[in-house]
Amino acid sequence: MKLLREAYYIVLDFLQMLGASGLFLLRLIRFIPHALKRPGLIFQQVFNVGAMSLVLIMVSGLFVGMVLGLQGYNTLSKFAATSALGTVVALSLLRELGPVVTALLFAGRAGTALTSEIGLMRATEQLAGMEMMAVDPIRRVVMPRFLAGVISMPLLVGIFNAVGVLGGYLVGVKLMHVDIASFWSQIHTNVDLHEDFRSGVIKSIVFGIACTLIAVFEGFYAQPTAEGVSRATTRTVVNSALAVLALDYLLTAFMF
Amino acid sequence: MAHDIHSASENVIEITGLRYRQGEKRIFDGLNINIPRGKITAIMGPSGTGKTTLLRIMTGQVLPDRGRVLVNGKNVPRLPADELYALRREMGFLFQNGALFTDYSVYENVAFPLREHTRLPESLIRRIVLMKLQAVGLRGAWSLMPTELSGGMARRVALARSIAMDPKIIFYDEPFTGLDPISMGVIVRLIRRLNDNLGLTSIIVSHDVAEVTSVSDHSYLISEGKVVAYGTPEELEQNKSAWVHQFMKGLADGPVPFHYPAPDLAAELLGEGAAR
Repeated sequence: MKLLREAYYIVLDFLQMLGASGLFLLRLIRFIPHALKRPGLIFQQVFNVGAMSLVLIMVSGLFVGMVLGLQGYNTLSKFAATSALGTVVALSLLRELGPVVTALLFAGRAGTALTSEIGLMRATEQLAGMEMMAVDPIRRVVMPRFLAGVISMPLLVGIFNAVGVLGGYLVGVKLMHVDIASFWSQIHTNVDLHEDFRSGVIKSIVFGIACTLIAVFEGFYAQPTAEGVSRATTRTVVNSALAVLALDYLLTAFMF
Repeated sequence: MAHDIHSASENVIEITGLRYRQGEKRIFDGLNINIPRGKITAIMGPSGTGKTTLLRIMTGQVLPDRGRVLVNGKNVPRLPADELYALRREMGFLFQNGALFTDYSVYENVAFPLREHTRLPESLIRRIVLMKLQAVGLRGAWSLMPTELSGGMARRVALARSIAMDPKIIFYDEPFTGLDPISMGVIVRLIRRLNDNLGLTSIIVSHDVAEVTSVSDHSYLISEGKVVAYGTPEELEQNKSAWVHQFMKGLADGPVPFHYPAPDLAAELLGEGAAR
């Protein structure tokens, strides 16, 4: 009975959070035209959120691609099908690993930074100060960061994928001596721009919205204490990871 | 109480029948306050009486449960967001910790409201910012970051920022807390000078009796959700009420007891000993 009640509260909490962040998203959407009038603020945040994540994304992409190349080679060589290595690497990255791993890394690198920054601004009354100067903090602080995250994510996914394919190439062709021509031509013939590429882009946009929304939402509504900000930062990572993986399943089920 | 000496037009802020509850605790219970135009009015009271909450209610940051809060004739709790923001352009608010933007320099902090609300050319913004910083004596510190400022300097920069848009009303939340005597004297003089030179109405919330009475024209004493006393510093000094006397003189014991309610000391100590 006690277990049932606890489960009930967990579900209730979850639904409440879902509703609140949905309303928050609607508020943000209403401010989009306003935010676009000041692109300088958005570009500045694209630098903070996106460009500062570049090294992490590129290094991770390289290693993920290299592991794919190695694992793919080992498995494919059992069937004497190593010429299909390019397809394996490119499709795994484009369809799944690229968007998902990038989103998870993004939540850890940029999402936490957003949450703690906004949360600390709340804790030190900078947001209240802004309101007292008749400046809406959602418009001035949250909105540029949200848009920057949504813009950055597809770009980061693209870079992750490109570097990842390069990693697969390095291991497959340079290390394992898979034929270079079949590596690239297989990718060329088997990766469908329409189906595979588009689905990756859609995923990356959806993950971008989800991860950034969670980050700015948690930061904006963080308890204004040191402990509150730290808990909000943790929630950003946990909720983003869960949201990305759940959305990934849903999107994959709908698109393929 | 001398509430009725000011006619309605002379009051910038009129609060009637204010009620506010925080959880189980009743903060305000039918509070009435009038703030006369062009004067420095102090709101004093022991910690935890909701002085800061009162400022936040006046500026629309906190919604009261009941009551009317008229600022320049507009009922703040009922104002739609855009009208509230329009009203706030006429207000300056000095937060206890300054609330400076930590990733902007002193210059950019003071320029912030100008950049947000006006389309002035950079040369004019620079002039206004330097003038406001000159008014608080920190023109030389324009390039510093907030982390490089002392507590007193940060508060003066915040003061320069809150007068950047030339407000008509300015709210000070505990402006003297945590300052050394020299910075304290500087702030006291600044509050008076700004009020008189810029024709402001100032509202100070504080429990530093000596500093507040040295600068304010009138003071309200509030306790347990109600106004306990009102008057000029001299009137409060001569107030016969034991509570006012205790607060103004800072006595440890009086109507406000030194001890938090507790059972008899001897009984508790002996009882504990006997239990062992």
